Amino acid sequence: MQATIHITKLRLLPVAMLLLVGSAAVRAEFGDIVLNNVSEQQGMRPVIFQHWFHRIRFQCRVCHNELKFEMRVGATQVTMDQISQGRFCGACHNGEIAWTVENCDLCHTGKPGLTTKIQGGHETKGPGIW
Amino acid sequence: MVRSKFFVSLISSLGIIALSVAWMPVPDAAAADPNTFNRLMKPPSKRNPPPTQDGIHDPGSIGTQGLQTPREAFKPLPPAQSGNYVDWVKAFDAKKIQPRFDSKDPKAKPVIMDLTIVRQVKGSMPDVIFPHKQHTEWLDCSNCHPVPFVPQKGANQMSMASIMLGESCGVCHGKVAFPVADCRRCHTETKGKATKTSAKAAAKPAKSKKK
Ligand code: HEC
Ligand code: HEC
Ligand code: HEC
Ligand code: HEC
Ligand code: HEC
Ligand code: HEC
Repeated sequence: MQATIHITKLRLLPVAMLLLVGSAAVRAEFGDIVLNNVSEQQGMRPVIFQHWFHRIRFQCRVCHNELKFEMRVGATQVTMDQISQGRFCGACHNGEIAWTVENCDLCHTGKPGLTTKIQGGHETKGPGIW
Repeated sequence: MVRSKFFVSLISSLGIIALSVAWMPVPDAAAADPNTFNRLMKPPSKRNPPPTQDGIHDPGSIGTQGLQTPREAFKPLPPAQSGNYVDWVKAFDAKKIQPRFDSKDPKAKPVIMDLTIVRQVKGSMPDVIFPHKQHTEWLDCSNCHPVPFVPQKGANQMSMASIMLGESCGVCHGKVAFPVADCRRCHTETKGKATKTSAKAAAKPAKSKKK
């Protein structure tokens, strides 16, 4: 019995290591944004906003004009308080246009330690993305 | 008993080998072969990965499992060479996607302005045609005027260097709109024709440049 437990543990360890190293390479979708001005300080995972998903449903102007998101990552001071009052992400994630703010896990999905910035754009350098 | 001891030692030695492989500074576990055909360029199979594998979403979070995979969403959309590998202009024109103009009213229509601006380019590259049409399908005038562009033909300094640094057209192109890699989507007007362009004449090649 002891031996079997041993085997499973030993077998999983290298697999886990491989997974860790493999996923260290970032190949985020073009236009994905990490928002982590305040989240991690307050014990939540960073927020990931996906442009591709939202632009299928909304024109840029909805967020960058009507809802007053700046076109510079990190420039808009977004807090949970404002979201729950129906501003920024909360203008849509209100149970009418899209699912509500109680789904914490769907927005706060980032890996710990990520900084606020755009991913997948040319600012990440590296030839693979051009 | 003896058999299981043998297994333990076999598996642990395999584990150690796997571990040392895993610790090596390879960019990708799958790229262990030093002579892969494309060393730097991403193969098509690695494009638009699911959130659990994109390196920024935490695969350990339940939320991540619930998110859509870009590849799946992009399947019905016309492809492009770079960026999301989706031609958003064609997708919009063919009504494959119908992004809302207003957060609440799904029927509100954008005010589309059909004015093209030709920018003469130094050197051998074709001139740049800036089409207001494709931009006002997505954006508000105030997203571009007065910052980053004064609304006056020829009044703004532009160069490839500043675009790649994220200024001028690079405020969007290379971040969310198609990136600099697609030279020919901006550099569309053959040299010499630009001198006699009216808005109409320029609009034609801007639309039909991609066969
Ligand atoms: C559903 C809302 C939404 C839509 C639709 C949207 N964006 Fe954004 N965009 C955001 C948010 C949120 C940010 C981050 C703002 C911040 O942190 O201040 C952002 C940031 C940006 C940035 C800044 C990137 C940087 O590197 O600083 C650009 C450029 C941008 N968006 C362009 C666009 C374009 C072009 C479109 C249309 C194709 C678009 N956005 C559609 C929400 C949206
Ligand atoms: C629609 C997306 C979304 C959902 C759902 C969401 N958040 Fe947030 N949350 C954000 C954004 C955006 C920020 C600001 C990100 C930043 O810059 O750090 C944020 C910030 C925070 C912060 C930082 C401090 C503060 O109060 O602003 C905490 C804590 C937080 N969220 C907790 C939660 C909890 C708990 C839930 C579930 C009840 C939740 N969030 C659901 C988008 C969301
Ligand atoms: C203009 C409206 C709008 C705004 C603003 C908006 N969203 Fe969304 N979002 C949507 C809609 C609509 C959906 C699809 C909802 C559904 O599937 O029911 C969605 C879905 C999502 C999803 C799930 C994507 C998937 O794979 O299913 C995430 C994550 C998300 N939004 C995060 C955010 C964050 C973070 C913000 C703020 C920075 C934000 N959204 C702002 C409209 C919006
Ligand atoms: C994506 C950015 C963008 C958007 C959105 C945009 N413009 Fe422009 N506009 C430009 C650029 C670039 C020029 C050329 C400036 C130059 O040549 O220096 C220009 C030039 C102009 C000019 C000067 C034309 C001339 O012949 O001198 C006017 C007028 C104008 N825009 C009006 C508008 C109006 C009205 C809207 C909204 C319906 C709008 N623009 C939306 C980028 C934009
Ligand atoms: C505010 C954001 C923004 C700015 C600034 C901007 N663009 Fe765009 N542009 C877009 C978006 C969004 C699209 C739609 C296609 C996409 O997202 O890939 C687009 C599409 C285009 C197209 C249409 C391509 C086609 O296939 O028909 C051309 C050409 C273009 N842009 C050139 C320019 C040039 C040149 C400049 C600088 C003078 C510029 N753009 C500045 C956001 C912008
Ligand atoms: C988003 C649109 C866009 C894309 C994509 C683009 N360019 Fe440009 N390019 C411009 C603009 C705008 C100018 C400046 C024109 C002017 O002087 O008014 C320019 C200028 C140039 C010049 C003249 C030198 C200079 O810096 O002014 C060269 C050469 C050039 N581009 C090459 C390229 C090549 C090569 C690619 C593809 C890798 C490319 N461009 C992609 C918009 C674009």
